[in-house]
Amino acid sequence: MLKQFMSYLGSNVTPGSANNQLWALIYVFIIFTGVSVAAMAMNWLERKALPHFQIRLGPMRVGPHGLLQPIADAIKWMLKEDVIPAEADQFVFWIAPMIGLLAAFAVYTVIPFGPSEAVSDMNIGILFMLGVSSLGVLGIVVAGWASNSHYPLISALRSSAQMVSYEVAMALAVVSAILMTSLNAKGTGTLSMIGIVQAQQDQGRWFIFRFFPLGLIAFIIFSIAMIAETNRAPFDMADAESELTAGYHTEYSGLRWSLFLLAEYATMIAVSSIAVTLWLGGWMRPFPNFLHAPAWDLIFSLFPALTFFGLAAIAVLGVVRMPAHSLFRIQRIGLAGFAAVLGLIALLLLVIAVAGRSADASLAARFNQGIGYVYWFVLKVAVFLYLFLWYRATWPRYRFDQLMKIGWKVMLPISLGVLIVTAIVGVLVP
Amino acid sequence: MNPAMNSAVNAGMVPVATPWFFYMLAGLAVLSGALVITRRNAVHSALALIVTLISVAGLYLMLYAPFVFAVQLFVYAGGIMLLFLFVIMLVNVERSSKERRFNRMWPVGFAAACSLMALFMFAFLKGKALFPDRRIPLPEASNTQQIAALLYGEAGGMGSYTFAFEIASLLLLAAILGAVIMTKKKL
Repeated sequence: MLKQFMSYLGSNVTPGSANNQLWALIYVFIIFTGVSVAAMAMNWLERKALPHFQIRLGPMRVGPHGLLQPIADAIKWMLKEDVIPAEADQFVFWIAPMIGLLAAFAVYTVIPFGPSEAVSDMNIGILFMLGVSSLGVLGIVVAGWASNSHYPLISALRSSAQMVSYEVAMALAVVSAILMTSLNAKGTGTLSMIGIVQAQQDQGRWFIFRFFPLGLIAFIIFSIAMIAETNRAPFDMADAESELTAGYHTEYSGLRWSLFLLAEYATMIAVSSIAVTLWLGGWMRPFPNFLHAPAWDLIFSLFPALTFFGLAAIAVLGVVRMPAHSLFRIQRIGLAGFAAVLGLIALLLLVIAVAGRSADASLAARFNQGIGYVYWFVLKVAVFLYLFLWYRATWPRYRFDQLMKIGWKVMLPISLGVLIVTAIVGVLVP
Repeated sequence: MNPAMNSAVNAGMVPVATPWFFYMLAGLAVLSGALVITRRNAVHSALALIVTLISVAGLYLMLYAPFVFAVQLFVYAGGIMLLFLFVIMLVNVERSSKERRFNRMWPVGFAAACSLMALFMFAFLKGKALFPDRRIPLPEASNTQQIAALLYGEAGGMGSYTFAFEIASLLLLAAILGAVIMTKKKL
């Protein structure tokens, strides 16, 4: 076991390719924890950023600036009574949130946080992602039906119609990006998530800029379709609270309801990762072939440490600005501790960045590279997650017929056109 | 180590507990297949059918055909079954669950199924030489590319199935157009 553990350290393939089950499990554990924590953070950010868009404060009571609100909510959900309506279909009601959660988390197997920072590199990566995430809607549909209530049933019908419609445009946009992978010198295209990023690396540009504006249009189509796929505003027809109370999860309460929330955030992160992988160069840092001198490498590898230093500085500022009242003492100590933890992480990252600055095969250099890959990937995904909140704060909800009209009469023809033009241009302009 | 394992090692993969997974997936497929026809509630049947389809997809994966696995998941489990559920949810489950599930033809159907099973067994037992005695060492990593070469052909030339593939796509297009024309009164 120790041998299996040590032999993978410093390797440059995924645990799946290296056939190392132990490290695959470790990666799965890290990703599961990371995504759960990210979902918590997103929950906090959503309840904090959205009020700020609307000039409100949001949660302020539990911890400094409501930082502990997600934890308090999690405890509340766990302690709440678990209600299953008497007329509901018990078994299906019970299994529905799990279907959603399973589908949302299974796709993380192939998401490439780096060239070797993924659980496995599947030959069918992107197809696997689309296929498994299309199973996620089954959870919503089944939950709506099993509740045996009017609003959830209407919500289930709406969301299944919506998913089927937008999946078409989404898949066509993805195909036009996959076509671009076959343009590199190596000849054949690829469906592997890692291969797609490497194709962008070989061609020296992100696919969003490839055949301008074709890549950009496909990217925009995908970014619209993914909002509809994740049931987020302005396409949140499935849980439009002014029409359907809470949609498919009206009858759910407590822990079961929080599973839906977790699945929603996990799906959001997963589809954002698809967009980042296909069009925004995945794990690559900005300008990898334009600014490639060792000095630039060092500067870019300092970014993770700088980010954590910045976060620590914000936390310290919060400590300083806290009212000098005895009621705030515990909060202040807690926030100072949080700042210290962030600062320590930043220091650790700084040490790794400096120790691993040479491009040799040492473990520190390998760690440095890995942290860089994960950092840039997560940063790009984080931008998307913020955009999700921004959309919700900005645009009013569409009507259902408008939603369908856009899906079938605007998005589908445009994505089909982009696909055809990309194919023609790809053949004519090698 | 048996020969099948060796070929798998050559392809860069070592299968984990292969027989165990096979029996689990096959058992799941048969069990949920039986549930599909015995459940009174149509939605339960549909859910059992999804489990069957996913287990069969798992079997495709065990045969080193990841592309077929993904298509099975995407098209059948994700797309078609979703539409199935969409339709079933509008059916009055209360009434349909009180109706007779099997009509009087079931002995005939049972006999037909048994004879089909007997035919399969006969073909398998008599024609054992036709079946490979171990897994064909297909490289899992290039499965999709090989399918593409068969369907669309390598650079320049036509693939073996290009014509049939295009004809099938035309047929589907005609079906889609027909559906649109039949539902739209005014185009």
